[in-house]
Amino acid sequence: MGEAIVITSGKGGVGKTTTSANIGTALALQGKRVCLVDTDIGLRNLDVVMGLENRIIYDLVDVIQGRCKIHQALVKDKRFEDLLYLLPAAQTSDKTAVEPEQMKVLVESLKQDYDYIIIDCPAGIEQGYKNAVAGADKAIVVTTPEVSAVRDADRIIGLLEKEENVESPKLVINRIRNHLIKNGDMLDVDEITTHLSIELIGIVADDDEVIKASNHGEPIALNPNSKASIAYRNIARRILGESVPLQPLGEEDKGVFSKLKKFFGVK
Amino acid sequence: MKKTQNVLIKGTKDGLTLHLDDMCSYEELKRELNEKLTENQRVNNEHPLISVSVKAGNRYLTDEQKEEIKTLIRQKKNLVVESIESNVLTKLEAKQIMEEHEIVSVARIVRSGQVLEVPGDLLLIGDVNPGGKVVAGGNVFVMGALKGIAHAGANGNSNAIISASIMMPTQLRINEAISRSPDVHGNEERREMECAYIDENEQIIIDRLQVLMHLRPNLTRLEGGF
Repeated sequence: MGEAIVITSGKGGVGKTTTSANIGTALALQGKRVCLVDTDIGLRNLDVVMGLENRIIYDLVDVIQGRCKIHQALVKDKRFEDLLYLLPAAQTSDKTAVEPEQMKVLVESLKQDYDYIIIDCPAGIEQGYKNAVAGADKAIVVTTPEVSAVRDADRIIGLLEKEENVESPKLVINRIRNHLIKNGDMLDVDEITTHLSIELIGIVADDDEVIKASNHGEPIALNPNSKASIAYRNIARRILGESVPLQPLGEEDKGVFSKLKKFFGVK
Repeated sequence: MKKTQNVLIKGTKDGLTLHLDDMCSYEELKRELNEKLTENQRVNNEHPLISVSVKAGNRYLTDEQKEEIKTLIRQKKNLVVESIESNVLTKLEAKQIMEEHEIVSVARIVRSGQVLEVPGDLLLIGDVNPGGKVVAGGNVFVMGALKGIAHAGANGNSNAIISASIMMPTQLRINEAISRSPDVHGNEERREMECAYIDENEQIIIDRLQVLMHLRPNLTRLEGGF
């Protein structure tokens, strides 16, 4: 019996889909059976980020409306040996094509076969959000260090706390830019965490490589040399229950102080 | 049988006090009240208005009955009804009064989009995040960071106050008065342990918590009750 994790944020464009793709990939790299579910009906793109767009035959709405069996709609990721699957969203319908109750049943049956169901939630707090959350056991809230994103994350956390089936949500702070934080032009990690007062499960630095990888349909988590990749892999390990310390953010800067620190062997 | 008086008129230095018997029927009372007031009407027109306070004892008077008695007294010259007092309350009224004087403590975070409303005083153990709102009929005490909107004295109590451990609200409202945070956020120091109240000019003032003991001595409820 697996567990279903919904990746949500309220605001659009903070990196829900990228986070879903990478956490899913990182969990598969750890040897878990993972099924990614895209609930952004009408605006799907998890398949694009995963590079699986051309393999889609059936989609979520087909499954819900009984036009096919679940296993027919699941797209297998060739890069993994039977570990990573994607249930794509429909592009031709809209969010009202699915009811929360139906999603619950669907996720429940997927949980029989997979260790982790990663549900990519659409932006907003309407029907699409309700569908995505309906079957989830856990939630990860993605935000960026911007006031507007944090405000929406706060709203979403408030809504998630009302969901009885969902455990208290965990936080991922995405797209952190060191130089802006250092100048005080961006909210820092501590500020966001105290403000939202939920458990922080990962921080991901802003990295051009992430965008490049997404455009090539290869989640960054597959590339072991990127910092963002390590961040996503760490999040996956934390989901699995390992205690992994947060990476220091200031690695990039080669200031005198950090050199000194390195010299004295302080981490 | 000796007939007891249902209406007793007493003169005090502030005017007249009418003691109404609480055992007789309401109709009887009204009749006697009318009689008594008519026979006592020997005052001449030069006299100033006399204020009357009515004490109904253990009789419950509905709003309509109160209004009836008021008009009855007002019909007589020179009499003005100051107050009608009764020793009894309905359960509903009592409950309302109790709620309005109760401090409701809540331990949670009021997040963006959430509204927390209480009839009396609110003691929030947690934060009010931006976009969140707390509304109280009485005072608002936030034992955390107040970053959203707080509305105290929402039912028309200008004496209500708002206090917070960290006072950084987007808006403060007390009764009808509204104040908002300044548009320019300088690198202001942390505003800790502060309170907001309405001053004589109907303006919301934010000040140190310690000023309250002089400005709102009623906040001290050591004696209890109402």
